Amino acid sequence: MRTRFQQGLDELKTKLLEMGGLAESVVEAAVEGYMRRDPAACQIVFGRETIINQAERDIDGIAVDLLAMQQPMASDLRFILAVLKINADLERVGDQAVNIAQRSLDLMKGPPVEIPVDVPRMTTAVATMVRRALESFITANSEVAEAVLKMDNVVDRMKDEAFVTLVRQMEKDPENIRFYLDALLVTRNLERIADHATNIAEDVIFWVRGDDVRHGQGLAKAAERHDEGIEGHKSH
Amino acid sequence: MGVAIEVNGLNAWFGKAQVLADINMNVDANHVTAVIGPSGCGKSTYVRCLNRMHETVPDARVTGKVQVGEIDVYGSGTAAVDVRRRIGMVFQKPNPFPSMSIYDNVAAGLKLNGFRNRRQLDEIVERSLRLAALWDEVKDVLKKKSGASLSGGQQQRLCIARALAVEPELLLMDEPASALDPISTGKIEELIFQLKKDYTVVIVTHNMQQAARVADYTGFFLMGKLIEFDKTEKIFTTPSDKRTEDYITGRFG
Repeated sequence: MRTRFQQGLDELKTKLLEMGGLAESVVEAAVEGYMRRDPAACQIVFGRETIINQAERDIDGIAVDLLAMQQPMASDLRFILAVLKINADLERVGDQAVNIAQRSLDLMKGPPVEIPVDVPRMTTAVATMVRRALESFITANSEVAEAVLKMDNVVDRMKDEAFVTLVRQMEKDPENIRFYLDALLVTRNLERIADHATNIAEDVIFWVRGDDVRHGQGLAKAAERHDEGIEGHKSH
Repeated sequence: MGVAIEVNGLNAWFGKAQVLADINMNVDANHVTAVIGPSGCGKSTYVRCLNRMHETVPDARVTGKVQVGEIDVYGSGTAAVDVRRRIGMVFQKPNPFPSMSIYDNVAAGLKLNGFRNRRQLDEIVERSLRLAALWDEVKDVLKKKSGASLSGGQQQRLCIARALAVEPELLLMDEPASALDPISTGKIEELIFQLKKDYTVVIVTHNMQQAARVADYTGFFLMGKLIEFDKTEKIFTTPSDKRTEDYITGRFG
């Protein structure tokens, strides 16, 4: 066994999971800030986003060191490549949460306006996607990752429905158009977070099975390979 | 392009110990094929079976079929010397003839075969040294300096030039860069890349990064068996067999 290399891979995994936890928490805080009109929750998002940015740099540094000094191959190489990409996606999740928090603070400037969109339901779906994508990474489980890919369509539909509803509302109540626009942007941010969760799930499938399933390609192929019992190494 | 070497059902023994079992592994023409695996896996024996070097060891035995072009390597009418002339070999440790000049080292094989035309000999020596990327470094001292006076990396390129001088169809390399520093190794690897335009190369290497850098195809051997053979990028990114995966990620054993 290559002890030092294994320690590096373990450290990378731990750091990425910490970052995943932070990303999940800022999404929750951002939506809470939006739903409850809570500026303190928004401030939590801004504070943690700085930590996420630093974590992104740290993880990149460890990954680059491992690539340069250990010359990883096969599933180790795929693991590090996946971590680099997941790292970028998690950092973007943090950015989207910041956008939601900024919209929320903007909404708080006026009186509460009823928003005819089920944001909590959409939030639950998106948070589940992020959590399950990270779970698929922790357990190296490509089936869980595939389930995340399927959920993305549901969130896309929710965003489209919200768009139609909110545009109609803007026409009906033009005085509050700014708040409906904020709500529209929040649903868009949530949908983007779901896209990042999808990317993470795709990267997990690449790591575990070596299959490229991006842009909806290759899921059938991935399932076929899995049926043949060819699985990637899962020792991380 | 096509297949340069066809290997079917190849078995090899040292005395009673079987070191290769039922190897089926073809080598494509004008490509570089790497053979990797842990010590004692049979990778060097596989290569030595291709040009009948294996049988030079007492008690060594081979069965199975090796076809190089129209030559049945182990056919009853095939002479080992002819096979070795058509399949050149470069070894781990550079082995130039120490007392011969650089020129004579390259010309040795041809002279041995009775080649005497001076002008043609000059041309072949120059061409071979150019192919081996050594010409510019030695052209002014061809007959003044001995092969042994060159650096390790230069000696290895001299051995490659010597092998190329007799115009083989294939070039076998058994750990050609393992005794060299990184710069000399880089030159050998670049040379291998250039050579595949005109030659088919099979390289045995312990260095997996080297296999990944130079080879189009890679075969992984373990305990005398060919475990996996595929395009190099497939072997090093998504191998199909767990034993290959374990070996190339260093989790072997």
